[in-house]
Amino acid sequence: MNAPLTIPLQAKDFKSDYKPVWCPGCGDYSVLSAMTKALAMLDLRPENVAVVSGIGCSSRIPAYTTCYGFHGVHGRALPAATGLKVARPDLTVLVASGDGDGYSIGGNHFLHACRRNVDLTYIVMDNHVYGMTKGQPSPTTEPDWCSKLAPGGTGVREFHPLVIALASGANFIARAFSGDPNGCAGLIAEAVRHPGFSFIEVLSPCVTFRPEQRGWKDRAHPAPVAPTDDPARAARRLMSDDGFNIGVLFKGNRPAFSAGSTQCGQMQDLEKAFQL
Amino acid sequence: MRESVSVALAGSGGAGVMTAGNMLLEAAAAAGYYGIMTRTSGPQIRGGEAAAMVRVSAFPTDAQQDRFHALAAIDWQNVGRFAAEIPLGADSVIVGDPAHGEPPEVFLKSGARYLPVPLKKLAGEIPGAWPNMVALGVLAGLMGIPAAAVEAAARKSMKKGLEPGLLAFRLGMSQVETPKNFHLGEARPSAARWLISGNEAAGYGALRGGVRFVAAYPITPATELLEWLAPALAKLGGTLVQAEDELASINMALGASYGGLPSLTATSGPGLSLMIESLGLGVTAEVPVVVVDVMRTGPSTGIATKSEQGDLNIALYGLHGDAPHIVVAPNSVSDCIAATQWAVGLAESLQLPAIVLSDQYFGQARAIVDVPPKQDFSLKRVVSENRDGYKRYAVTESGVSPMALPGTPGCQYTADGLEHNERGTPSSQAGDHLAQMDKRARKISQLDPGDAWASIEGEGDTAVVTFGSCTGPAREALLDTKVRLISLRLLSPAQPERLKKALEGVKRVLVVEQNHSGQFLRYLRSEYDLPGEVKSLRRPGPLPFRPEEIRNAL
Amino acid sequence: MKPKPRPAGQYAEFMARAYTLELEATERYAQFAEQLETHNNREVAKLFRKLADIEALHAKRILDEMQWPSMPALPPAYAWEGAEGPETAPLDAIHYLMQPYHALEIALRCEREAQKYYEGIAASRAPKQVRDAAREMAAEEAGHVTLIEEWMRRVPRPAAGWDEDPDPPRMNE
Repeated sequence: MNAPLTIPLQAKDFKSDYKPVWCPGCGDYSVLSAMTKALAMLDLRPENVAVVSGIGCSSRIPAYTTCYGFHGVHGRALPAATGLKVARPDLTVLVASGDGDGYSIGGNHFLHACRRNVDLTYIVMDNHVYGMTKGQPSPTTEPDWCSKLAPGGTGVREFHPLVIALASGANFIARAFSGDPNGCAGLIAEAVRHPGFSFIEVLSPCVTFRPEQRGWKDRAHPAPVAPTDDPARAARRLMSDDGFNIGVLFKGNRPAFSAGSTQCGQMQDLEKAFQL
Repeated sequence: MRESVSVALAGSGGAGVMTAGNMLLEAAAAAGYYGIMTRTSGPQIRGGEAAAMVRVSAFPTDAQQDRFHALAAIDWQNVGRFAAEIPLGADSVIVGDPAHGEPPEVFLKSGARYLPVPLKKLAGEIPGAWPNMVALGVLAGLMGIPAAAVEAAARKSMKKGLEPGLLAFRLGMSQVETPKNFHLGEARPSAARWLISGNEAAGYGALRGGVRFVAAYPITPATELLEWLAPALAKLGGTLVQAEDELASINMALGASYGGLPSLTATSGPGLSLMIESLGLGVTAEVPVVVVDVMRTGPSTGIATKSEQGDLNIALYGLHGDAPHIVVAPNSVSDCIAATQWAVGLAESLQLPAIVLSDQYFGQARAIVDVPPKQDFSLKRVVSENRDGYKRYAVTESGVSPMALPGTPGCQYTADGLEHNERGTPSSQAGDHLAQMDKRARKISQLDPGDAWASIEGEGDTAVVTFGSCTGPAREALLDTKVRLISLRLLSPAQPERLKKALEGVKRVLVVEQNHSGQFLRYLRSEYDLPGEVKSLRRPGPLPFRPEEIRNAL
Repeated sequence: MKPKPRPAGQYAEFMARAYTLELEATERYAQFAEQLETHNNREVAKLFRKLADIEALHAKRILDEMQWPSMPALPPAYAWEGAEGPETAPLDAIHYLMQPYHALEIALRCEREAQKYYEGIAASRAPKQVRDAAREMAAEEAGHVTLIEEWMRRVPRPAAGWDEDPDPPRMNE
């Protein structure tokens, strides 16, 4: 019997029929487009890809793909994805989050996911605001941005996720911009290909609560130097990063997390410990 | 007559009290007895005062007796703090080293007989020997444990100093005789037994149930369960991952389970509190997961090293919204195996979270138990490969919808904590919410647990209703009485019909529980009709119930 | 980030790129239409569908001219030097309350960009066949520009405050 020919899939095969609820103009549409393009480029099949997310506008993305999805609770996408990947190393696991979900409530898990270096690709759609709850400052919001919850601004210095990722051991660090969906697709594909914990921060403007972010297209620029695999050099660059360097900024050589056991013992072996 | 002897060995840190206690227990096992060892200690990490409490009997038990027959102390430094945990009586013997002064008044006032034995001096006579081995000999001699059994135990566990240790032991044994009121009864060396702790038992039960992924965050008194599982899982090809906190561990377990592996984590009260939100995710997204809660004294940080049955409320009612799930409570050290295995099966077959309410008493006690029979509950996850318009949350008669595992083509879906329709699409429609709520409630309301729902023993028109570690002392309290014992193993979903049947003819009910507010009593009142006169015997931790307390309350 | 014109090596490659340009424009207008349908702006959604259809026709014409049954393998999409094709409107160009005039403004910009792109190639050192084709395409795009300008005169200009929504955004989760 002939095996069926595998038809190469296209980006549209990774997009489901669900119409996104995102505001027209939202950067997340680009990320969805980029994600589906990347998955097609990587020659994957939707049933072998899982998209894990938390809570927020960006976290709605799993159901907009034809992959397996896990829409978990606020801030806990990374541990869920970790458990899934460790249990099912055969799957390609993408994690989607936003700046609130990923860097605030999810901050602790972010640190340890970078350390643990499980082979995941973490895509954070950063719009410097809590969009779903109507416009509160997030960890990446400028200290002087006024909002109802913090009139006059929070006065608190922004979180720098790329530096934190580097310091915590992420194996691949990149920044993308939703204004360049094709470039973003390329970065996502590269991130998935790279072993270990790959982190892409996507600048993804919120047209509803931060309309001024339309100006990001004039600030985003390709990173002036090639990616480095030297954490010290990367640290120097990232500490003086202007927040709009686009491209791969660090590509490390750490081996990916491996916890699986290849033993195949029996329950009887364990019972010996209890026997008198 | 139910014969049993309980002894305690105490001393400050470095005295080797725990080592000697373990040897005594193992000796009892080697000699064909049953028994249980519990421990207590001061707050210091090292060097603190400690006591090992060992009960040996000819019949299986994991309860504490009303009184200790003997208390031997290597020294008396701060040992007085354990007085409430080591009750003595006029028939008891206090063994102390006169070089360390008189026993504290708090022990002497019990009327126990003081037997001075110069432990340090005797040990000094043997180069390389320690006073704890002398004390061990004294206790074994008092109890009537055969010397050969103790020596066998010592040979197994002592890495160095074996010969001087054995000499010291024999020397100690030669100092005493078995008092007339110390009855061990006839040993049964042929019965197949295990020596196991409650934590190990729960871990082992989880593996029997098929768990192959565990996420771990250390917390007293659950840490040993996780540490036992780490190499055990690896032996079976499974994985344990240490998480950064309990929020991570429960979500890791959910993620692994979503991927198809039966998954588990273990914690105590404070950790369970952190996990509650994500348990709700397991309920709504219908992802199986098991959490073993080794309950400790609460609330808040409480007393980490002591037991209490105070997490019933949060286990039953802690989830926001109406979130039906399973709560199971083992009622003996040995039952930690079957209860956990059952919980895994229920979680898998019903696709939801199951909480196992163990406690510190079970978890950290080492008991000699009959080898548990191998059970197969035949409870497995229903998996789908259907590609034809697959609906992950299809409304079925049983409430259980076949689950597609990632990797299966054609049935991709997104598991969601958002309320959803049958396909899994987020929905705010009243019809969808009601349909899914009914479905999730139906899953557990249609569960037929069979006889596993409770342990029911005895007959009479009085009944003791309890759960968990109160079961052992209740059972002993009810020996030679016409009182029923009903120990619930399945707490959620409630089984009103079954309890009604079990209480047929009962006019008086004594509800026994180890917490302050009467959580179990309130739960029973809210779910069940209790007949006639209902009395509550309740006390918070840290002290376990003793049979006479329950007898006196009847 | 503006795409710079580059000399296309071969005629076929140039036509493939032109096809991709039209196809991506089509897809983008179709995306806009879908988003606006979901957000209940049916009028502009219909307009974007029309624009999508127009671009689809242009794309099909290229296939017919080249006698390609279908595009066998699209050149890497991000060969547009970073951003998207010249005729592809950026995803953030739309607003849920936008009016037909806005949609046509977007289309106008796209056509002008496409025209500039082809003019750039026509003036480059590409082979003559490519330059001739580019000149033709540029002229066609210029025609589209005129058409859209015409169309714009027939639709009402949006008043100030067109983007005011008396209802605040909704919190969903």
